[in-house]
Amino acid sequence: MRLVIGIGNPDRGDDAVGLAVARRVREAAPADVTVTELDGDQLKLLDAWDGAGEVYVVDAVCSGGRPGATYRFDASGPLGTRFAHRGTHTFSLAEVIELARALRRLPTRLAGYGIEAATFTLGAGLSPEAEAAAGAVAGQILDELTGGGPRCAWEQSA
Amino acid sequence: MTHGSRVRVPGLARVEGEGGLEIVTSGGRVTEARLDIYEPPRFFEGLLRGRAHTEPPDITARICGICPVAYQMSACAAIEDACGVTVPDSILALRRLLYCGEWIESHALHVYLLHAPDFLGYESGIHMARDHPAIVERGLRLKRAGNRLMEVIGGRSVHPVNVRVGGFYRAPGRRDLHGLAGELEWARQAALDTVSWVAGFSFPDYERDYEFVSLRDPAGYPVMGRRIVSSRGLDIGASEYDDHFTEFQVPHSTALHSVLDGNRTYLVGPLARYSLSSAHLPDVAASAARAAGLGATCANPFRSIIVRAVELVYACDEALRLIEGYEPPDPPSAGVPAAEATGYGCTEAPRGMLYHRYRITGGGAIADAKIVPPTSQNQRAIEADLRDFAQARLDLPTDRLTWECEQAVRSYDPCISCATHFLDLRVSPS
Repeated sequence: MRLVIGIGNPDRGDDAVGLAVARRVREAAPADVTVTELDGDQLKLLDAWDGAGEVYVVDAVCSGGRPGATYRFDASGPLGTRFAHRGTHTFSLAEVIELARALRRLPTRLAGYGIEAATFTLGAGLSPEAEAAAGAVAGQILDELTGGGPRCAWEQSA
Repeated sequence: MTHGSRVRVPGLARVEGEGGLEIVTSGGRVTEARLDIYEPPRFFEGLLRGRAHTEPPDITARICGICPVAYQMSACAAIEDACGVTVPDSILALRRLLYCGEWIESHALHVYLLHAPDFLGYESGIHMARDHPAIVERGLRLKRAGNRLMEVIGGRSVHPVNVRVGGFYRAPGRRDLHGLAGELEWARQAALDTVSWVAGFSFPDYERDYEFVSLRDPAGYPVMGRRIVSSRGLDIGASEYDDHFTEFQVPHSTALHSVLDGNRTYLVGPLARYSLSSAHLPDVAASAARAAGLGATCANPFRSIIVRAVELVYACDEALRLIEGYEPPDPPSAGVPAAEATGYGCTEAPRGMLYHRYRITGGGAIADAKIVPPTSQNQRAIEADLRDFAQARLDLPTDRLTWECEQAVRSYDPCISCATHFLDLRVSPS
């Protein structure tokens, strides 16, 4: 199974950017791809990707970078501390991936995308920067799903 | 550790939200112990003003992703109090069942992934999972059982959408809830195993002289109720909260501190609930507590992990009891027409008593709101404990002292995201 998971809180500004990416991917994804949206409890990822072979996860990050900057990492090897505290929830995406690795519950192939948020204001919509990045990341994931995407360990677009 | 120095942890790990810790010493004495809560305030009380009296359950649920039900339940209790509405027992029972789900998911998360690693010498739950995968899987499955209960009753587990003032938008069917019983029976046994597991940890000898504060609940062990009691004789209605509890600003924290009757430090949360109401635990939880070495009260914050595990047993057992006797409330909610009045509500969040107060206009708008979360109330006790705890350990190497002080803070399961509060800025002429 191939799976795309968007994570976020729909009521907290750019925290919803993962959900926005998921919705864009859903509109154009190949038929064999399942697209799921998750709230801020990252631990649910362990069950969400259970049995999936190829998974893409998208979440907002808050690392002090330029709003709208995008990050990609491949979870085939340990992520180290680079993304450890960049999530916006109790457990960061990287921490849940490492927990899954420890429990041998990682999918065969897992790529993570992070989008630098501009605002987490309650009730706000997406910022223009996050909106643009959501479109770009959705396009990149669709490229990967159709065989044309990146294969590097991780990269950052500034 | 040298005399006249500082221990500083700029970012506490394994707590919800962003905060730090600072211990200042001078001449071999701890002069200051501060829980620095620097997560920005979020102005919830301000943004509630002018909103409809039906909106606080949905708005305040967004304060915390771990304990949204607590915010919804306290908000409902306060608004219904203002409007003079008493909801039927069947709705109270369904609320209690929803609350059990939140206790299960929150306590399982804290016991297994945030607190246990301290006792077993691991940097994190991830490191612990590498050596103890079966135990961590048990904790995750317990948490999932709580999440599932919240999803079936609340519509979803983070920020549930099925709660409304007066009750619920839709009552789950009997079959929906009975379908959860099998997993909850597994969870109750897993919770009993959890009590046995954590009882074997090694705990510092650190008994404190707390004034415990919790609700008294006519339904049994305190989850919801209208009387606030303490271990030193306080016994008041929720409407008297502001006469006895005072919040004040400290420079190093965006969370307000709170004192009882002028200047008394107090503690809310599992230790308080257990110490004031252990006699109301059902046999299965009470016998587990006794087997784990707990007496009728517990005043060692490090042993709070045992108390949380006992409360896990209670929440699973209570959920099963409520499911067994479940009758869908019909209608699923009571009407709550607006009244020009002030209402008060307290319920027991996983981390302790959570107070809401709303003043409602005749037109049904919120004129004023006050929310006092448990972590805010516990800050003063945490800092007092840290001063004494660090004082007795000043001969330790700094890195060891730092580690032990971090452990001490995690014992209280602080939710810093909840505690961050409106900053009341005043400029006074010099």
